[in-house]
Amino acid sequence: MTSTAAGFAAAGRRRRKLASYAVLLTALVVLGVTYAVLAPRGHAASTAEESFAVQKGRELFQTSCATCHGINAQGTQEAPSLIGVGAAAVDFQVSSGRMPLARPGPQADRKEAKYDRAQIDQMAAYVASLAPGPQIPQVDLADGDLQLGGNLFRTNCASCHNFAGSGGALTYGKYAPRLTPATPVQVAEAIRTGPENMPVFGPSTFDDHQVNSIVKYVDYVTRSKNPGGLALGKFGPVPEGLVIAVVGIPALLAMTLWIGARA
Amino acid sequence: MTTMTGKAIGGGARYVDERLTSANFIRRSMNKVFPDHWSFMIGEIALYSFIILLLTGVYLMLFFDATAREVIYNGSYMPLKGVPMSEAYSSTLHISFDVRGGLIMRQIHHWAALLFVSSIVVHMMRVFFTGAFRKPREINWLIGVGLMVLGLLEGFAGYSLPDDLLSGTGLRIAYSVGQSVPVVGTWSTFLLFGGNFPGESIIGRLYVVHILLVPGILLALITAHMMILWYQKHTQFRGPGRTEENVVGSRMYPSYAAKGGGFFFLVFGVVAALGGLAQINPVWMYGPFNPSQVSAGAQPDWYIGFLEGSLRLSPGWEIRAFGHTIPLNILIPGVVLPGIMFGLLALYPFLEAAFTKDKAQHHLLDRPRDKPVRTSLGVMSLTFYFVLWIMGANDIAAHLFRISLNLTTYMGQVALFLLPPLMYAITYRICIGLQRSDHEVLVHGVETGTIHRLPSGEYIEVHAPVQESQLVLSPVEPDHPERIEGERGPRALVSAAGRAVGSFFVAKKKDTSVPADQRERDDDTLTKR
Repeated sequence: MTSTAAGFAAAGRRRRKLASYAVLLTALVVLGVTYAVLAPRGHAASTAEESFAVQKGRELFQTSCATCHGINAQGTQEAPSLIGVGAAAVDFQVSSGRMPLARPGPQADRKEAKYDRAQIDQMAAYVASLAPGPQIPQVDLADGDLQLGGNLFRTNCASCHNFAGSGGALTYGKYAPRLTPATPVQVAEAIRTGPENMPVFGPSTFDDHQVNSIVKYVDYVTRSKNPGGLALGKFGPVPEGLVIAVVGIPALLAMTLWIGARA
Repeated sequence: MTTMTGKAIGGGARYVDERLTSANFIRRSMNKVFPDHWSFMIGEIALYSFIILLLTGVYLMLFFDATAREVIYNGSYMPLKGVPMSEAYSSTLHISFDVRGGLIMRQIHHWAALLFVSSIVVHMMRVFFTGAFRKPREINWLIGVGLMVLGLLEGFAGYSLPDDLLSGTGLRIAYSVGQSVPVVGTWSTFLLFGGNFPGESIIGRLYVVHILLVPGILLALITAHMMILWYQKHTQFRGPGRTEENVVGSRMYPSYAAKGGGFFFLVFGVVAALGGLAQINPVWMYGPFNPSQVSAGAQPDWYIGFLEGSLRLSPGWEIRAFGHTIPLNILIPGVVLPGIMFGLLALYPFLEAAFTKDKAQHHLLDRPRDKPVRTSLGVMSLTFYFVLWIMGANDIAAHLFRISLNLTTYMGQVALFLLPPLMYAITYRICIGLQRSDHEVLVHGVETGTIHRLPSGEYIEVHAPVQESQLVLSPVEPDHPERIEGERGPRALVSAAGRAVGSFFVAKKKDTSVPADQRERDDDTLTKR
């Protein structure tokens, strides 16, 4: 009897053990299914596309940028980290030809872009995939307010870029470039990302309407025709003085010689 | 027909003469002789620019409103529509965009102002390098310096009137330079501006200075300048038939009147072409003045540029003592230096007379090479000025030529002290070299280009002796006769007028004999010569 009793007891322990396994299994299955149902699901197709762009961007990055910016864009002694700079910075630097850098110097110069639109987008996607950063701004010139833009430009931009966006010198060979060749998107990107020596004007400084207004004013002041004749580079009184020195006075001296010779 | 016209003119002239007895004066004036040399017409550019400034200025005055009262702009220039600004700025925009012919008038006015000061400077250079300022003409030199300084003041006042961002920046600098003067600076700038910068009064006050006070003084000084010139007669370069006692050239009527009158229209034509073709002072792009804003590359008009340059080159020195700060970095370049520069300029005729102990009257001009010390001093001073002037635009130069801005400043600081003495030495050498070259021609004759081969095989060039008619005898001894070698001595220093080199400042006369009717007697002069 004792053995029978002992046998029941052992059987009971085994059943309880089995039951606990079953409960655990059920719970895991339920959890898994619930997770599978409730978990946020990305768009399968676009994920694949983005990852393709990121992948191509990484390849481009590793051939052209990694030498200075590091193999994982973490930055080196020569160049800053690109983690967190966002798509806007990449688009600005590469589409304006500043990157890849022609030579080390105080500042990157604007030149013809080395990559086409698709390649720039791929590089931007790769850098944006590393960490969140400013996206390429959507510029809407129609939303801009010319008068507001002019005032903001004179307060925040003219002290380096000059009253008409003609550019100006900064310390030790650095400079604020002429704005004429910049596209509206590039101007907005520069405002948002602060390339080279420029400060960053983030969303807490300018909202999108203000950025649109500044871009509209820059577009106006660099592209409108000039009342009154030749603009002389829009540098103010310096070229005007040069015109008097090399055109006005010499022309009149030539005339005095002419009249003097007819005595 | 001709007789009728003649009768009419004769009748009119008699009418005037019977009342004003002016026939003598007019006859003498119409026969007055002017030298023909081209360099005597540079001063006229300034005179004609001044007339253009008066004409265009009157037109601008009709539409300009020099008040600081705030208005909302509602004109044609879109980027400023609805923007609050001063009435002065608003009316300048109105002139530029909504007054018929307003913009070209503004541009002609501004170009003429630049030309006015430029031509005064070039005219002064002519007077300086040829020694035309010497006794008895020192007073006219002083008046000329006064005209130039007032020209700068007039220009700066006019440049400040539109109350745009650029001119406001200039006024801000002027205010600070005024404040840098110890003891009186703060209070005198308060007095001038009617309180703290910018205040409401300064535009209106500058307007009075610009359209009444300074032009009035300019007009009076120009009149005095020309009356003295008329009375003392022109100087002239040495040449055949020219002495300290006469003036050789063309008569006032008809020859010189035609030349001068024609030249007025040429000057007007050049200024109008500039005004029509080249934009100047686009105030609409600068925006209304706002003390919190500034544009990169803010420069004054060229004639104030040397002050901008001296401020930029100045190291940041200042003295702090007894609770007061003396900003030497503003005081020296902004007040002391221009004071010294203009002071030396005004006093130069007296300094030269004192150092050379020359108390004689001079009516014949020097060629610059014959006075190497004066010429070198002039070039040295101009170099000093030129370095300051260039440095006023060092940021634009740094930007356009891709040089470090800091480097341009260091270069300017070194060049300001290094270049002037260097240019003195170089100019002196050139003068001596030119003197020797003249001497060479005198002693050995003019190169003929004919090469002879001697029986020994040697080649020589044949030199023809200088013809007596080609010589221009110089009665003035050069500064350093010992530097001129040769047995004929300094008194025979000549220039072969036919030679191209070195005859730049010598008027070439085709005939050596001057007809008696072309000489003006100067019996009516008070000065005894």
